[in-house]
Amino acid sequence: MIIPAEYISLLISIVYTAGVVVFVLLFVLLCNWLERKISAHMQDRLGPMETGGWHGWAQPIADAIKLLLKEDIIPAAADSKLFRIAPYIVFMGSLAGFAVLPFASNLIGTDLNIGVYYVIAVTSIVVIGLLMAGWSSNNKWSLYGAMRSASQMISYEIPVALALLVPVIAAGSMSMNEIVQNQAGGFWNWYVFKTMPFSLIAFIIYFWASLAESNRAPFDLPEAESELVAGYFTEYSGIRFAFFFLAEYSDMFVVSAIAATVFLGGWHAPFPFLSFIPGIVWFVSKAAFLVLVQMWLRWTLPRLRVDQLMHICWKIFLPFSFVNLLLVSLWVVLKG
Amino acid sequence: MEAIFFIILSVVAIFSGLMVILKKNPISSILFLILALFTTAALYVMLAAPFIAAVQIIVYAGAIMVLFLFVIMLLNLNRIDEGRSTVLKTLGVIVAGTMLVVAAVVLRSVAIPADSAFLRGVGEDYGTVETFGRSMFTTYLLPFEIASFLLLAAIIGAVVLAKKKLD
Repeated sequence: MIIPAEYISLLISIVYTAGVVVFVLLFVLLCNWLERKISAHMQDRLGPMETGGWHGWAQPIADAIKLLLKEDIIPAAADSKLFRIAPYIVFMGSLAGFAVLPFASNLIGTDLNIGVYYVIAVTSIVVIGLLMAGWSSNNKWSLYGAMRSASQMISYEIPVALALLVPVIAAGSMSMNEIVQNQAGGFWNWYVFKTMPFSLIAFIIYFWASLAESNRAPFDLPEAESELVAGYFTEYSGIRFAFFFLAEYSDMFVVSAIAATVFLGGWHAPFPFLSFIPGIVWFVSKAAFLVLVQMWLRWTLPRLRVDQLMHICWKIFLPFSFVNLLLVSLWVVLKG
Repeated sequence: MEAIFFIILSVVAIFSGLMVILKKNPISSILFLILALFTTAALYVMLAAPFIAAVQIIVYAGAIMVLFLFVIMLLNLNRIDEGRSTVLKTLGVIVAGTMLVVAAVVLRSVAIPADSAFLRGVGEDYGTVETFGRSMFTTYLLPFEIASFLLLAAIIGAVVLAKKKLD
């Protein structure tokens, strides 16, 4: 029996997606443990030490089992349909970003010719999910959290997109693989350093704005526990809470991986003689390094106020990224 | 397989389009509208125009619909007043019916030319950002500039209105 080629490609996509989901689960388990350990050591504590033996390595597994076994409570006053599907939409939004991440030169879901733009588009799905979660809980803290996160994510989408356009203009392509291929041959060819100083500024703006877009500290106002209990997921428990958790950590990986792709050379080695190490190792370690920086910032900086957050976005990031974009376009035109 | 995807997507699009007007709760209407926009975006992808699809998602589903949701959720406009006048209802039916007739007439008069992209398949560069940008800044420069001017005017208007309130 001959199977048509399109069915085979469909099968390959399904297998690849399953692989990505497994990767996300493992990464989230690891990150959960790491975040606890990092926060503990930064605060002069030890963190989990008991579960599993060596430095409490099994703590995230125990946590996951706990969340799976917990009762799934849906408040009586909640809009139960929306309440039920909201966490899955949020998770889907951050998982969709993985489709265009180039893990290695030949390991990419689909090399869309609008890769960068696609990522910006699908991350906006997350906002809809968060709004649904916050509103359907029928709880004022949830609603405030959702409102904050929607206004924050919509505002910060603009500097993120403008910052990502800088390497896109320098590369002359939006395809993730092509952008990475343009950064071959040593770390001085990475876009962070290649088009100095424009892309360095763009990288800094992107990194800070992406922290805000993935609701991480110091921009974690939507879930500010000191004022909003837990923000939009106040009413969630059990497996649905676990999905919000998964979405947050996979979002951290996606934004870091995009930064690694467009600014830090993707799967290229920092020195040409190190290129015998497979590309996926470089890619994942660059992204993981940026995730570590995110954790480090979270446990170092205090949370901003809402007005400060908007001030930074509209009065600092936005003008800088516009001027930056104009200058880099001029530079590309002059260079010919 | 393309036909299967097309049927699924268009059935979902039409169903959610109907739900937008049939649902009483404005929040469900908006969410179904978002679903309709998404399925239309997927149809654009099937027409080899991924850029337009991404624009559709980022502009409509990602920004405009989120603002709609935002306003309705914040003001908690959950209950529509049931007692709408019959005059409005009749007017609505007349307007919608006229629109339908006009659309049907226009669609009937459009013939797909034999050498159209639909029939002969599309080239490699069809629907890419390059071709899109090129036609935007050459063939369609005037409409593009007029649209940007309108948007600029809207932005300035919004700033002026907001400033008045602050001062």
